[in-house]
Amino acid sequence: MTSLAWLVPAALTLGMMGLAAFLWALRSGQFDDLEGAKWRAISDDNDRMATKSDRSQGDDA
Amino acid sequence: MEAALDAGLAAQAPRAEARQTIVLSVPSIVCGNCIRSVENTLRALRGVEAARANLTTKRVSVVVDPSLSSAIDLTSALDHAGFPAAPLIENAETEQAARVSELLPRLGVAGFAAGNIMMLSVAVWSGEASDMDSSLMDLFHWLSALIALPAVAYAGQPFFKSALAALRSRRLNMDVPISLGVLLATGMSLFQTMRSSGQIYFDAATSLLFFLLIGRVLDERMRTKARGAAENLIGLRATNATLVEPDQTTKLVLASTLKPGMVIAIAAGERVAGDGEVISGQSDIDESLISGETRPRAVSIGDSVYAGTINCGGTLRVRITAAEDNTLLSEIGRMMLNAEQSRGRYVRLADRASQIYAPAVHVLGLITFIAWMVIGAPWDQSLTHAIAVLIITCPCALALAVPAVQVAAMSRLFSKGVIVKAPDGLERLAEVDCVVFDKTGTLTTGELRLEASGVVDVAALDRAGSIAAVSKHPFAQALAKAARAEGLQTHAVESVEEVPGSGLVTTSMGFEEKVGSAAWAGVKDRNASIWYVAEGKSAVGFNFVDELRKDAAECVSELRHAGYRVSLLSGDRRAAVAQAAAACGIVDWTAEVRPDQKLQAIEALKARGFKTLMVGDGLNDAPALAAGHASLSPASAIDIAQTTADAVFQGDVLQPVIETLSVAKAARRLALQNFAIAILYNSIFVPLAMAGYVTPLIAALAMSGSSIMVTANALRLRSKALRLPNVGASA
Repeated sequence: MTSLAWLVPAALTLGMMGLAAFLWALRSGQFDDLEGAKWRAISDDNDRMATKSDRSQGDDA
Repeated sequence: MEAALDAGLAAQAPRAEARQTIVLSVPSIVCGNCIRSVENTLRALRGVEAARANLTTKRVSVVVDPSLSSAIDLTSALDHAGFPAAPLIENAETEQAARVSELLPRLGVAGFAAGNIMMLSVAVWSGEASDMDSSLMDLFHWLSALIALPAVAYAGQPFFKSALAALRSRRLNMDVPISLGVLLATGMSLFQTMRSSGQIYFDAATSLLFFLLIGRVLDERMRTKARGAAENLIGLRATNATLVEPDQTTKLVLASTLKPGMVIAIAAGERVAGDGEVISGQSDIDESLISGETRPRAVSIGDSVYAGTINCGGTLRVRITAAEDNTLLSEIGRMMLNAEQSRGRYVRLADRASQIYAPAVHVLGLITFIAWMVIGAPWDQSLTHAIAVLIITCPCALALAVPAVQVAAMSRLFSKGVIVKAPDGLERLAEVDCVVFDKTGTLTTGELRLEASGVVDVAALDRAGSIAAVSKHPFAQALAKAARAEGLQTHAVESVEEVPGSGLVTTSMGFEEKVGSAAWAGVKDRNASIWYVAEGKSAVGFNFVDELRKDAAECVSELRHAGYRVSLLSGDRRAAVAQAAAACGIVDWTAEVRPDQKLQAIEALKARGFKTLMVGDGLNDAPALAAGHASLSPASAIDIAQTTADAVFQGDVLQPVIETLSVAKAARRLALQNFAIAILYNSIFVPLAMAGYVTPLIAALAMSGSSIMVTANALRLRSKALRLPNVGASA
């Protein structure tokens, strides 16, 4: 019976972590473009969002 | 996604005030390379901080400094790169997205709660059969309560709000019994937990919310997808206009920014961006989307032109005349508004069911309570049984019955290129027993084809086709196409001069050759659309007809065979309509009808008891589309027709009309089957509940069982082979 004292909290904590991960993923837009993600994975481009400084460096080169 | 984009950029770009996020719709992105080209094209523009393409929604979010690049610069750069793009009106789309993202976290929480409480409940149920001691059982119940109370309070909100809104307006909807069931189950379980009793329904309450939220999320997703696709289609038709400034410089602007008094230039092949008066140039205007007339109309200085028409000939300068209230568009808009009001009174199937269901359930609960009191049970036991009745009748299956079928039906149609936009569109489509077609652009492709009139003068066609190949006029292009279709190789002809509104002339062979209108080519005979006249030879006429869609006749006969009344209402000339009607086998046709007459014709059919499906594409069809019991538009339709129609179909055949009707009817049949399943489930379990035999385990099994059954039944629609059922056949 004493094992329940840590098994139940452990199960609930794991569940909470899963829920937190889901909510984080949702909020940070991980599910926004499921179609595009599969293509971006095989793209050679650096997928970081290009900024002005990146571009001007590119132009110089 | 914008949020992520902004968050990512906040660190990199400190000047937040100078940036603006523009969302473009780019329907032609289909693969990884498209994403890369689109993003790189945009990032190369001045002032663009970031660009991110979304392949799912076919949209691109661009963070841009508006002083350096405007929406017009972005779209024209993409046009050059081969990706036609259009800026989107943002608020509508973001509102939709917000609603989905509000449901998803609730779904997550409900899922977490349902899973964990079920874990504890299974332990309690199996413990009841063995040796679990009562203090541990209490502990598990309290744990369940701890998870369930916040979860129900958060995840149940969409249902509570909707139920409250319905009650306030003195109506009943499905959410009223759902909310009541969930709240009573939670409340009673809490009470019983305090009394250390066994009647705990936390698992039923949370899994009920979980199942129902899955249904809502799928439904909302499908709708957002459909609406997004529809917006993308329309966005592309919103035109840019070439504004001519008083100092004669020209500038590309959005058509929506045009004001009366401005002057715009319209090149050959361009769509006219606003209602106005021609101030210089002469040309032919294709007005088929406005009037249904296939023959271009000649315009010159002083004539009016309307937004949505296409300039076929020379360049025109047009002064925009339409002030707010007297455009053709706003006139049509007023008619549509009036017509739409009658449709607003339609009561959806689920709401009709709940109007019978909700009172019945509440009466049953009351009867249970009174009956147990009468036979002498203590009040708390009677109340427990009454609440058990309400929990078991909580319409999980019933609330899933319709949305599950609709999602399955909409996604089936979506994959066939039919976008259903109206929430109750499918239900109204299922009731249709009369189909009214427009001619130009609906029964026909809206493209001109050489009329096959026995002998074709091949030499003349060859030469005329070669000359016509240089022009953008619809007749000229049709002629060139006809020549190629005959297997003739068209040759490049030098020094062809185009006389706007008249025709083409060349002397490259050493003598004068004219391709053009009868009057201009000097021909008395008016029985052909276009003439080829070579000096010293007799004139050859070519007549063009608007080609019927490949399967038009087949579709009409299939509809008639199934018992639909089919008619044709067109604004085109009597002869042209008669010919098309005969070719399709439509007996009941009317030609030369104005938009308001189309509307009256639909109203007349309604008065005779017909439920009309209007299929049309033009501005002249828009009021009729709004008035019809249901309406369909091809994707080539003018934007206002697409917005009004319940569904938009893509492609150049009419088969989607049949498919839409069959799926709508099948969906209705499945929804009714689902109602039957729900009623069957209730007729088994409600007597048990009233007799006091329902335990939490039975409630949990019965509820998930019925939910899974109705969902599985709905999913059959995805793969089922369908035939168009006869009108009046039992649903």
